[in-house]
Amino acid sequence: MSTKTEDVEIRLLLDAIFEQYHYDFRGYAMASIKRRLRQAKDHFQCQTVSQLQDQVLHDPPALPKLLSYLTVQVSELFRDPAYFAAIRNQVVPYLKTYPSLKVWVAGCSTGEELYSLAILFREEGLEQRTLFYGTDINPEALKRAEAAIYDLDRIPQFTANHRLAGGKSSLSDYYTASYGAAVLDKTLRARMVFADHSLASDSVFAEVQLISCRNVLIYFDRELQDRAIGLFDEALPRRGFLGIGSKESLRFSKHAPAFTEFARDQRIFQKTGLS
Amino acid sequence: MSRPAFEAIVIGASAGAIDALSVILPPLGAGYPAAIIIVVHLPPTRRSMLVELFAPKCQLVVGEAEDKEPILSGKIYFAPPDYHVLVETDRRFSLSSDEPVNYSRPSIDVLFESASDVFGKTLLGIVLTGANSDGAMGLRTIARAGGGAIVQRPDLAYSDAMPQAAIDACPGAQVMSLEELAIYLQEVPSTR
Repeated sequence: MSTKTEDVEIRLLLDAIFEQYHYDFRGYAMASIKRRLRQAKDHFQCQTVSQLQDQVLHDPPALPKLLSYLTVQVSELFRDPAYFAAIRNQVVPYLKTYPSLKVWVAGCSTGEELYSLAILFREEGLEQRTLFYGTDINPEALKRAEAAIYDLDRIPQFTANHRLAGGKSSLSDYYTASYGAAVLDKTLRARMVFADHSLASDSVFAEVQLISCRNVLIYFDRELQDRAIGLFDEALPRRGFLGIGSKESLRFSKHAPAFTEFARDQRIFQKTGLS
Repeated sequence: MSRPAFEAIVIGASAGAIDALSVILPPLGAGYPAAIIIVVHLPPTRRSMLVELFAPKCQLVVGEAEDKEPILSGKIYFAPPDYHVLVETDRRFSLSSDEPVNYSRPSIDVLFESASDVFGKTLLGIVLTGANSDGAMGLRTIARAGGGAIVQRPDLAYSDAMPQAAIDACPGAQVMSLEELAIYLQEVPSTR
C-alpha cells in the first residue's frame, strides 16, 4: 500500500478520534504518529489504519489502549541530571524570593518529572510554599502518576540521576520497596494536583512561576508548538521560568521574543515580558 | 540536463563509524545537491562530538539535526544522542524520545523508514560498519520504495555484523568498499 494512502487514513483516523472522543492529535508531528500507529496496528491485529479506525469508533474500550500508543512517554526520575542541577543552582535562588509558588509540569505522563521537582523542592525547603500541577491528556498516565509506583529495577538509574543532579538527601528516603516495586512517599503528593489538560485544545488555568515541559513539544508540529508555547507565555508572569527538553528549542516559534535564554545548555528560559 | 538522482542520503553506522565516515564525507564538495543525514550509535549520556569532529574535515556544512529544522541539500546532519530523528512531509526534522529501537536511540531504522516515507525513490540509504543489526529493516524499506541501497563490504568493515544483516535483509543492495563508495557519492549527483 502506498504511503500516500496511509497518510489519508491517518488523517481520517485523527479526525475521527477528535470528533468522537475529543482527543486532538491533528497537530502532532506526523512521522512519530505514523510510527506509533504502525505499532498499534500490529497490537490490534489490523491490516490498515482504516480498520483501526473502525475498531476504535465502534469499540470505545479500545480507546485507552490506542491512547497509550499515541501518548505514553517513559521518563526517569531526574532524567538529564544537568537540567535538574540547573533548576537547583540557578532557578531555585530566584524562586526562594517568592512567598508562594506554583509549578506546572505540562504533559507529565507517568509523573517522573513531577516527582523529581517535588523532591528537589523538598530538599531546597520550597515544598511547603509550592503547589504542583501535573497535567496530561491520558487518564491512565495520570492515574499512574498519582499512584507513583515504579519498577524497582529502574531505581538504580533514578538514584544515579538524583546524585548527579546534586541531590542533598538519599533517594531511598523517598520510596519504600515492596514486591518488585518502589512506591514513592505519599507525602510528596500532598501538594500536587493532577488534571486532564490538553495543550492542543485547553487554555491556561493558573499563573505559575515555573513550567517544566520536557520532550513534549518535539511531538507537535510547528503550529501546535506555537499554541503550547503561547499558553506558557500566558501562564508565566514576567521573569517566570520555562524548562524544555535538551534538544527542544523556541527558535522556530513566533513566541521566541517573549523569552530569553536563562540556562542555555539546559534549555531553561525566562520570560522577558516584552511581548 | 542532469537532475540529482537523490534528494537525500541517509547513512547508518555504529562501531567503527568515525573512521568510515572520515573516508566518505570530506571529499564531498560545496553545493552538493543532496542532504546527508547520519545516525551514529552513541552512548546516550555523552555529549556528541561528531559535529566538532567532522566540521573541520568537511567542505559541507555539518550540524546536529534540530527539531523542526528544514532539511537542506548540501548539508550534513547528525542525529543527536538519545533521540530518534524522523523526517516530516514538509521536509523538516522531528525528534522523538520514544523507546529505543534495536536497543538504539537514535535508531537507524527509525530514520530510514520515515525518510523513505517522504523521499521515496529519491532517497539513498547506506549501511556502514557496526556490531548489531540496526538499519537492515530500514534499508529494505528504502529499496522497496524504489530508493537506492548501498552496504559497506562486510569483509572490509571494522565490524561486519551490521552490513551483513543489511545485505541479508536487502539482497538487492549494492555492496562497495569505502573507497568505491567515496567515489560513487562524489559522482552520484549527476548520474541521472
